[in-house]
Amino acid sequence: MAELTYLQAISDGLRTEMRRDKRVFVIGEDVGVYGGAFKVTLGFQEEFGHWRVMDAPLAETAIVGACTGAAIMGMRPVAEMQFADFISCAWDQLVTVAAKQRYRAGTPVPITVRLPSGGGFSGGPFHSQNPESSFAHIPGLKCVCPATPEDAKGLLISAIEDPNPVLYFEHKHLYRRIKGEVPEERYTVPLGKARTHREGDDVSVITWGAMVYTAEEAAQQLESDGVSVEIIDLRTVLPWDKQAVLESVRKTSKALVLHEDTRTGGFGAEIAATIAEEAFEELDGPVKRIAAPDAPVPFSPPLEKAFIPQVDDVAAGLRELAEY
Amino acid sequence: MATTEAIDVVMPQMGVSVSEGTITKWLKQQGEQVEADEPLLEISTDKVDTEVPSPGTGVLSEILVQEGATVDVGTKLAVIGGDGASAQPAEPAEPVQQDAPPEPATAEAAAETEAASSGESPAPTAPSEPAPAQAEAPSTNGKTFVSPVVAKIASEHGVDPSQVQGTGRGGRVTKKDILNFIESGGQAAPAAPAQPAAPAEPEPAPAPEAAAPAPPKPALAPAPSAAQPGESFEPMSAMRKGIAEHMRRSLDTSAHVTSAIEVDMSKVAAIRAKLKKEYQQSYGVNPTYLIFVARAASETLREYPWINGEIRGDQIVTRSYVNLGFAVELQDGKGLIVPVVKNAETLNLLGMAKSVTDIAQRARDKKLLPDEVQGGTFTITNPGGYGTFHGTPVISQPQAAILGTYAVVKRPWVVQDDLGEDVIAIRPIMNLTLTYDHRLVDGALAGRFLRDIREKLESWDESAY
Repeated sequence: MAELTYLQAISDGLRTEMRRDKRVFVIGEDVGVYGGAFKVTLGFQEEFGHWRVMDAPLAETAIVGACTGAAIMGMRPVAEMQFADFISCAWDQLVTVAAKQRYRAGTPVPITVRLPSGGGFSGGPFHSQNPESSFAHIPGLKCVCPATPEDAKGLLISAIEDPNPVLYFEHKHLYRRIKGEVPEERYTVPLGKARTHREGDDVSVITWGAMVYTAEEAAQQLESDGVSVEIIDLRTVLPWDKQAVLESVRKTSKALVLHEDTRTGGFGAEIAATIAEEAFEELDGPVKRIAAPDAPVPFSPPLEKAFIPQVDDVAAGLRELAEY
Repeated sequence: MATTEAIDVVMPQMGVSVSEGTITKWLKQQGEQVEADEPLLEISTDKVDTEVPSPGTGVLSEILVQEGATVDVGTKLAVIGGDGASAQPAEPAEPVQQDAPPEPATAEAAAETEAASSGESPAPTAPSEPAPAQAEAPSTNGKTFVSPVVAKIASEHGVDPSQVQGTGRGGRVTKKDILNFIESGGQAAPAAPAQPAAPAEPEPAPAPEAAAPAPPKPALAPAPSAAQPGESFEPMSAMRKGIAEHMRRSLDTSAHVTSAIEVDMSKVAAIRAKLKKEYQQSYGVNPTYLIFVARAASETLREYPWINGEIRGDQIVTRSYVNLGFAVELQDGKGLIVPVVKNAETLNLLGMAKSVTDIAQRARDKKLLPDEVQGGTFTITNPGGYGTFHGTPVISQPQAAILGTYAVVKRPWVVQDDLGEDVIAIRPIMNLTLTYDHRLVDGALAGRFLRDIREKLESWDESAY
């Protein structure tokens, strides 16, 4: 075990798979010579050569389209969007082609698209989004949102291994802030399995990505008030671990769904609806959502702070539920 | 009475943060016929008053909560139809007594003070207080919402949730409550002991009817004697009664002390003149002196948490926000309302101007929501419009202080010229008063607070505000 940052764990996972499987290659803007905008693939071109670490033009459609074609021909491409926000250019290739190919023609499309996502560093509206819910809505795509270094590595390997197109949302705010023990050998973390980040009895928080840490700080605040909070880190937004969520909610009878993405149509709505549908008789309070407001992500630091759910917001929501 | 089903009349929820209401008037007497949707009673929540329509048609068989009493949202106030009319033969004989104004004696006033101090947010401070259950018939259930899981546990264990002491919001029975109840062996209790169970808490001591012989303390409306020659009567509006009660209660609660300071408004006047056109043309608002004072006050309050605070029980409450109340005159001096600008500390000068203009206008148009007159942490009153230069306002409970702003008057003023020599100049001077609750705020603190506001106003930094 070595202590790695979240970013190093992603590099480690990618390197592990590239060493193990010659079909795996990387393509994206500045991923080669420059080592990637965030240096995830630093040194990769030296090790694997420019045919396996390819710099692409500024054309997300072309990147995802090339990956889809290569995957159909038996390769295991890993595309990097420089920022998750730019994936909207590749919408058609992903949604119309990659997501439906298996259904239409029977050929698997094992591509992984890495998406540096999330805000918290004044990146403004084009460099801070969390678009997972848009893609979770598309049958045929999978969406992964790791929160810890260990999961970042294990889930990336699972994503590359998976025969379907997988969107791998890596939260930029966690890149260098979060460190943790990561096994040196190859391992996988199964897609669709949640992780209990913290055990508790009174309220369940269902969340993923950077919000896991926000929830954790809020839970610590509540602990001093005698309220015990359970945190479920979904890890994979699609497929999501309904069983784990319902089990937790059946225990605590109160649920708060938290995400950094905007509120309306956010994936939290799906979770809240499922809880209402399948655990109605177990509820002792309304299912509460905390999310960003329905607006683009602001540049201004104080505005961005007001936009992204903060520890105090979550603590207040938890208190409200606890007191309900 | 042919009515079959009894219909309960309950205290309605008048806004998300409103947890209680006061019955100001029953428009129908016990035994009277009422139609569905016909106005049945008047209630008052803080300062917003409204009529409550009848939820059904029938005879008003029982009034459970008398005028003047303040009760929680959801409390049963009366019963329409049902057997109530015949079941209570003793009661209907005393309509006169019910007419005779309030029985609200000390206890009720105390209860109200307490409730008022629990202020805005979902009142978790006094969650143990379920609606005064005393006067109700034994079959009291559904007084609060029963959640799905509580209903399920109740049916599995054969427990009546209404027998369980609730600790949730508004006395709601939570999952924990019912599980504890079952665990402690509290199996299905017989229906009757519902009433003895309730008075466990001492607070809302005497329920309505018990209060009848209480001492004649209330300041409001002693039974009027006939008009003397030259006198004429006009009924007191619910708002007037509310103001009367609040003012009296405030003076009975806080130790009022007033300090005053003189502020040279030259700089503000200059900036005001500069901004006026832009504010009016682009935003339709006026950069009044009041706005500058409000802006300076909310900025200063951040450094004086006690002045923005409150005494609650034996605790001092401070906040990370400033909810600024503004006293607004209504009905040509016959009414007063204090709408609140929430999170005033987040507003710049323009934001403050827009917020204050908006709430003042809506106050005059009677378009305020109940939540908008609650939750204030500090109040500004501006009686200077007619030239007064000093006053001693009354604190809006449960706050700790109120700032008064007065007429800006040109006065000869000693200033220093460029050479440091004293000279007399003509300067626009405004007096500010801070009336504070000396229980919490001492004179020195109040003095520093006023000094800091003056400092901000006299050296107004445009870029900072």
